[in-house]
Amino acid sequence: MKQDFPLFKNNPDLVYLDSSATSQKPQVVIDAVSNFYTNSNSNIHRGIYDLSQKATDKFEEVRKKVASFINAKDASEIIFTAGATESLNVVAFGWGRKFLKKGDIVVLSVMEHHANIIPWIQLKKELGIKLFYLPLTKDYRLNYKEIALLPLAKKKRIKLVTLTNASNVLGTVNPLDEIIPYFKKLNPEMKICVDGAQSMPHLPTNVSELDCDFLSFSAHKMLGPSGVGVLYAKKELLESMDPFIFGGGMIKKVTKEEATWADIPEKFEAGTPNIAGVIGFATALDYLQKIGLENIQKHEQELTNYALEQFAKQKKVTLYGPKDSNNRLGVFSFLVDGVHPHDIAEILNRSHIAVRTGHHCTQPLMQTLGVVGTARASIYLYNTKEDINKLMEGIEEVKKTFRM
Amino acid sequence: MQDPLYREIILEHWQHPQNYGIVENSDFDVEEFNPLCGDMIRLTGKIKNGKLTEIAFIGEGCAISKASASLFSEEIKGESLESIKKVKEQDVLNLLEIELTPARTKCALLVYNSFKRAQENYEK
Repeated sequence: MKQDFPLFKNNPDLVYLDSSATSQKPQVVIDAVSNFYTNSNSNIHRGIYDLSQKATDKFEEVRKKVASFINAKDASEIIFTAGATESLNVVAFGWGRKFLKKGDIVVLSVMEHHANIIPWIQLKKELGIKLFYLPLTKDYRLNYKEIALLPLAKKKRIKLVTLTNASNVLGTVNPLDEIIPYFKKLNPEMKICVDGAQSMPHLPTNVSELDCDFLSFSAHKMLGPSGVGVLYAKKELLESMDPFIFGGGMIKKVTKEEATWADIPEKFEAGTPNIAGVIGFATALDYLQKIGLENIQKHEQELTNYALEQFAKQKKVTLYGPKDSNNRLGVFSFLVDGVHPHDIAEILNRSHIAVRTGHHCTQPLMQTLGVVGTARASIYLYNTKEDINKLMEGIEEVKKTFRM
Repeated sequence: MQDPLYREIILEHWQHPQNYGIVENSDFDVEEFNPLCGDMIRLTGKIKNGKLTEIAFIGEGCAISKASASLFSEEIKGESLESIKKVKEQDVLNLLEIELTPARTKCALLVYNSFKRAQENYEK
């Protein structure tokens, strides 16, 4: 598998365990981007000439491909953004700002990434909405039934539940097929937004079966180029929402004083998008489908089991996340007793082991766990048992350096 | 063989930091954060007749930032504010006697920057 990824050829000693931050890119994706610039580059939705028409067609084909990848009903339900962060901002400021009122409740969870917290904090300041954070269980799962404790009058004020499908720190996968019906039963009008940034690279996602209203994700975490994201939303929602970014390409008619909006999806795609990136993303989706998400999942679950066994054997190491591999991604946040995560990463880096450290853009979760940060190793389809073994050797080295 | 970064002096000050704690009834009390890692340092101390008579730090930080805070506080305790003002960033890094990457330089200078701010606040 690693031979498909030129970065591994060019860095033979690298033990890359930071795919939750960003994935490496297979040669075919790099070639697709390069090929577009070399042979087909032109702007889309603008020119009459052949080259522009071809680029437009290619770009719109990717929209269809993404729609089919997540089983959306219509390609116009796919909005291309700069990344999952922008997608969530479109939900907050395109939908939330228009439809939420003072006293309305947005439900989120303590395991959210800042990208799914701060837009809502901003709306809280702006509109006076309230935020309700779902807590964790003792084994690092989402305790979503905690919502039952909310008085009935307050439950009726819940307008949106916005949750990550998987935690970028704990690896916990939230069972959306249980959670979404549970909330919709409380109030069928309530909207459900899913942050798929962490789960999309690993797990098949079917928006029609899930019946979620919004789904956001990023291409760069699933073998695609950086600077490309997707917002899926149900057609009628997109039609009722306000655009969030204004400018070229998103209008129907403009006078000196007035402007009217283009139909969806263009209404949400002001300015020239990352055309080459979107085209590269299509190749990434093809690559993922060729290997098969089921096979990726199987490989990762085996590795996760192996890593969990190895972590369980480690003394003076705390793992923050579920101890069994069901409904769990291969994300391992850990600390070595008394050693700061930066010092862990520094020692690991000497053996060319790349892990992330710090708060992982989840400060409320860090506060819940009672730590300032963790070291985090995360795997993807190209990782091997050998990578996990090297990580374990690296952790032994950390203990030795810090005299344990 | 000594570790090139986690030298004896660093590990010693990491395990047994000097001036670790809080000075009661202090003349200055500042907190500084490193947003990259979420680390925090709180500096408290007393100033008499233009001299730093007491200083203490607490916080969450890596071995480099803790050792740096320990060494720097030892270095400036008892000195006059005027002479502390002349201390440069490089002087702090020299105390550690190690080569640091740009990211870790921030860890080492967290204590220095928070003391600068404490001094500015005090003299206002």
